[in-house]
Amino acid sequence: MRGSWRAALAAAWGRPGGRLGTLLLLGIVAAVALGPFLLPDPAAQPDILGGANLAPGAGHLFGTDQLSRDVLARVVAGGRVSLAVGGLAALLSATLGLLVGLAAGYRGGAVDAVLMRLVDAALVVPRLFLLLLLLAAWERVPLAALVVVIGATGWFATSRLVRAEVLRLKAEPFVLAAEALGAGGRRIIFRHLLPNALGPLVVAATLGVGEVILLEAGLSFLGLGIQPPTPSWGGMIYDAKDVLVTAPWGSVFPGLAIVLTVLAVHLVGDALHAALDPREAAIVAAVPAPASIPAAEPVTRLDLEAGLARMSDSREPAA
Amino acid sequence: MTTLLDVQDLRVSFPDAAGGRIQPVDGVSFAIARGEMLALVGESGCGKSLTSLALLRLVPEPGRIEPGSRVRLGDTDVLALRGGALREIRGRRIGMIFQDPMTSLNPVFRVGDQITEGMHAHFKLSKAEARERALALLEEVGIPDPVARFDAYPHQLSGGMRQRVMIAIALAAQPELLIADEPTTALDVTVQAQILEVLDRLRATRGMAILLITHDLGVVAGRADRVCVMYAGQIVEEAPTAELFRNPRHPYTQGLFASVPKLTGPRERLTPIKGSVPPPSAWPTGCRFRPRCPIVHPRSAELPPLLDAGPAHRMRCWLAVEPVGPVEPVGPASATDRGAAEDRTA
Repeated sequence: MRGSWRAALAAAWGRPGGRLGTLLLLGIVAAVALGPFLLPDPAAQPDILGGANLAPGAGHLFGTDQLSRDVLARVVAGGRVSLAVGGLAALLSATLGLLVGLAAGYRGGAVDAVLMRLVDAALVVPRLFLLLLLLAAWERVPLAALVVVIGATGWFATSRLVRAEVLRLKAEPFVLAAEALGAGGRRIIFRHLLPNALGPLVVAATLGVGEVILLEAGLSFLGLGIQPPTPSWGGMIYDAKDVLVTAPWGSVFPGLAIVLTVLAVHLVGDALHAALDPREAAIVAAVPAPASIPAAEPVTRLDLEAGLARMSDSREPAA
Repeated sequence: MTTLLDVQDLRVSFPDAAGGRIQPVDGVSFAIARGEMLALVGESGCGKSLTSLALLRLVPEPGRIEPGSRVRLGDTDVLALRGGALREIRGRRIGMIFQDPMTSLNPVFRVGDQITEGMHAHFKLSKAEARERALALLEEVGIPDPVARFDAYPHQLSGGMRQRVMIAIALAAQPELLIADEPTTALDVTVQAQILEVLDRLRATRGMAILLITHDLGVVAGRADRVCVMYAGQIVEEAPTAELFRNPRHPYTQGLFASVPKLTGPRERLTPIKGSVPPPSAWPTGCRFRPRCPIVHPRSAELPPLLDAGPAHRMRCWLAVEPVGPVEPVGPASATDRGAAEDRTA
């Protein structure tokens, strides 16, 4: 298990897109993790009269917003929130989708029918409307609620994906072999089905991170996401929309941050997808065969000849 | 020798499209003594694999084992078991290996972990003890350099090595009976011999009973103690191996032998059995082999029971009790069974 994942990661890293995406993503994560220690306080308003809407320059690399806050500091601080929400919500979605997909696919019958009809019903409603409806319950949406609501509305398609994978795997002889050896339902699900179904799930979850970042930005833009003064990329674009022509840096830089992050996530997701695809030879090639195993096994003798000879022997009356 | 497994009147049924039920396994009875190797031989679709799965209660949905069937393992009534008690039989008392070693191993786990899994499921063992035992098993099934193989993934091994690993997994919990369902069919002929030798050796050293399921008479010869020939869901002939090979009595068994090339004696044209095994939905009334049989017996419209045909030799054919005169060859197989080549139950 560990080895095959290492091989898949190595294969993903071997692709130019995967490498670029990984480096980009690592850069973004490092920037939002370390940036706040080096940059001014994103909430500070040093000179609200003279220091507002300053163009990018020596003092403020990304310029300042209408309230004279440093845009770079706010982009970095907003990144922490956006990445945290994106990562946690995508993880929640993947987990829910995995559990529902495993249950529906393995149990089948009524369990499958009920779960999948619920998923059908949920998929009919556009996600943004669903989110607007749910988030309207709060005056000021808490961060945890945002994560839970986004996560809880994102697993429908994932559960379908996992279910399809489980249905395919359930027919694999190794599942029958495990049953013949006395494995129970839980063991079959978690040891034999789950690890083999993880490939598509990881790809879906990775791409889900990008989707959630976009959703959160959209919700924040609509005023239903992260609430000011907490900076978020979507919220910053919303705040700066009035000065879009005169001070575009207030919206361009958070916009660029969204684009780069989503791009990086998709590059990684695509590379993982290609690496985990069984039709791609890369993964097999990337697994080093243990050096001590000889390529071929020793041949003893031709069986057909021997078997038939034995057969004719025993058919002789003398035998 | 004491009886280990006793199967009486085993029937497995599936719903058919018309709302009725078909019985791909239709009244199979046999017994295996401790340490004995019994071969179940038959063409694709005759119900032999389904029979073996039924012994472990692994008949795929929506199939079911019909009431009245009996499977006893020692003193245990296998068909009465539920849940945990059933899992205690699977693997622990009956091990099973399958036809295709390429797909019967879980691709994401190391070989060693798959062997020790069965040990941990059935015994209280430390990790180190389980590893020791697994290495000994790998050695026993003839895998060179077990220490390196222990940490290999299935895709790093050849087909023959994987089948050896499958055998090691099946042996992990020291079962009394090993069911080998076409264990060599997916392998190269050179590797087939090695795998069969492993089975022979295990039987000799461990005294383990083996149910060998195969369509290949060459695999059975000189290896199994007794042979049951299956046709259309029923056992049609049962005899000690040497007796069956010397003196096949049932026309179907004779047909099987006539369709295998011989290395000694004069060169003869091979005689295939006409037609193919009909699917369970199209089994004829009376003797099931009747449409393909070269012999026309006056009683063949009546299904014969297993009749004595010699010492320890039984067959499901009226010829055992009422021989008929010269063999009359019949014409080509009728249209009804010619189109029925699909193997549904294998």
